[in-house]
Amino acid sequence: MIDYVAILMLGLVGVAMCATVVALSVLFGPRNPSRWKGTAYESGSEPFGDARIRLDVKYYMIAISFIMFDVEAVFLLPWAVVAKDYGAYGFVVAMVFVTILVVGLVYEWQKGGLEWD
Amino acid sequence: MDLVWELLIILLKIVVVVLLFAFPIGSLMTLLGDRKQSSLIQNRIGPNRARLPGINHPLVGIPHFLADGLKMIFKEDIIPRQANRFWHTLAPAISLFPAIALWAVIPFSDHYCTGTATMVDYRDVCVDGAFYNLFSISNLEAGLLYVFAISAVSVYGAAIAGWASNSKFSLLGGLRSSAQMISYEVTMGLSLAGILIIYGTLNLNEMVVVQGQLLWDWLPMWGIVVQPLAFFLFLAAMMAETKRAPFDVPEGESEIVAGYFTEFSSMKFAVIQLSEYVATVFVGSLVSTVFLGGWQVPWLYGDGFYFGNTDEPSIPLPYWLVIVLRVGSFSIKTLFILWLQFMLRWTLPRFRYDQIMTLGWKILLPLSLANLVITAFVVLVLL
Amino acid sequence: MGAETIFFFLFGGGAILSTLGVLLSRNPINSAISLVVSFFFLAGIYAMLSAHLNAIMQIMVYAGAIMVLFVFVLMLLNFGDEEHEKPRLNPTQIISLLVGAALLIAMFSAATAFVDGSRQVFHPSMPPGFGGVEAIGHALLTSYVLPFEMAAVLLLVGIVGAVVVAKRRF
Repeated sequence: MIDYVAILMLGLVGVAMCATVVALSVLFGPRNPSRWKGTAYESGSEPFGDARIRLDVKYYMIAISFIMFDVEAVFLLPWAVVAKDYGAYGFVVAMVFVTILVVGLVYEWQKGGLEWD
Repeated sequence: MDLVWELLIILLKIVVVVLLFAFPIGSLMTLLGDRKQSSLIQNRIGPNRARLPGINHPLVGIPHFLADGLKMIFKEDIIPRQANRFWHTLAPAISLFPAIALWAVIPFSDHYCTGTATMVDYRDVCVDGAFYNLFSISNLEAGLLYVFAISAVSVYGAAIAGWASNSKFSLLGGLRSSAQMISYEVTMGLSLAGILIIYGTLNLNEMVVVQGQLLWDWLPMWGIVVQPLAFFLFLAAMMAETKRAPFDVPEGESEIVAGYFTEFSSMKFAVIQLSEYVATVFVGSLVSTVFLGGWQVPWLYGDGFYFGNTDEPSIPLPYWLVIVLRVGSFSIKTLFILWLQFMLRWTLPRFRYDQIMTLGWKILLPLSLANLVITAFVVLVLL
Repeated sequence: MGAETIFFFLFGGGAILSTLGVLLSRNPINSAISLVVSFFFLAGIYAMLSAHLNAIMQIMVYAGAIMVLFVFVLMLLNFGDEEHEKPRLNPTQIISLLVGAALLIAMFSAATAFVDGSRQVFHPSMPPGFGGVEAIGHALLTSYVLPFEMAAVLLLVGIVGAVVVAKRRF
């Protein structure tokens, strides 16, 4: 339990440091806002349109593949830690698991889900 | 041990690790690498103007970096009118926090032995006493998973910074950075599965202890020896996670100005930079912990050097010297990986974004799966 | 009151407050980040219950992977801050309110059943390493092999589904 307390304390120190550094510039920095200073940077020209454009679906595809393979890693890591104790049986179990996911990867690859053009 | 005493020790460890190791090395070495090393490689002089009072020598540009840091405090904090003020202010903190929290599980030396330390089967044992965790902030059982979890959360810093600025360059940078980071996180986890089969633990200190084993009684079983491919996969994935060259498209200045921190100035800008620097040092320390033996010095155990298969140390050393050597060894390995990152950074040209995605999904991910299968098979055959 | 109780109320209160933030804030990004914060508090509660692996998975998978997808979708769909009208109650919402209230009452009564004194609080002795990575690894390879493999099939279905849904636009 002391290990978690340590992490909690590190977290608090982290929060305190973040607050301090941001507060520093608020305290010491000058403050003269002007109309042109407050505009978004677009290489010197006047900003046009809204920045919140709709984005490509490929970002969504990347995110969902990431979830799939991240969860795969989450299942494989506990197996990896104890793999030595189970010999051939553990190997076969994990290989079935990996094979099913490789099928998924190959399918996504074939269908162009990993293309980025 | 008394609880208050224990909490004080934790606080001391946090101060030493974060304020005396991660931040000074993070900012100083990284600035040195970013500006002085790059100038050496590109045949320029680099920062050489600023002087410390009374010392008429550029000191490889260190006064420059201090002056830069000080200057940031006195600069105006500009929040663009169209930005979301709340998240714009919080975004630097969101990126700095994981960079600090990551340091919780890195072991700087073996647990302190309150009795007499000696060696049995190539690992330290503590006679007439117990091991006490004095050299890592938290001896978490699932330490490596903790690292994965926190670095998974560090995606938000850049994404929120980009979104809150409400500027086109920032938004593109934030999206690019988060898509890139999640793409390489998969490789990060899977490339280590092979090494976990061999070590059989997720606790980082225990991992380093296992790396003290010797193959054929002379070769230390460091991660890079037993898993060379995983070393390269993991280093590449971790470098992509830090969003620096050659993986720096989220902030590629020739394309999108400064990416997700285009609209940040003053200390907020400094904090985002600092969190990247600290993350770069963390890559060094994690790679050296998992693959380069961490605090291990080859053939050095609790009471001295053991050459060959002996029961008595060939060169006996006092315990405090062993600790100093171990902390030193860990720091040198960390700096070496840091140096390696800078050399790669200034040697390789920036990848195109589609190349980054292809590298992550079509090369590194299949390779790490193959590495996992082959490792499992080899371990199965050898045991 | 022991330290554990204090931490429980700290984490529990934090989780409730941040979950309320998810429901009540107008800006979708605020909701998403509140949910991430709530996951952190939940992870704290898991850690206190000796579910060590769960605590870390909570952050790694939910806060680090699934919420990233949510944030992506929010950026993808491009909600502004002001685009929302004032919500009005429609029949679906009334039904979900009722169901939610019923669930809350059921959960609350189940929880209070343990504190009225008639039933003792359950204090099982845990085996060493309970909730850790190795314990779960052993469980996955012995009692839960089939669910382990089925998880792979589930993930495969997820990938196929994502490709099929997204491919219309490729």
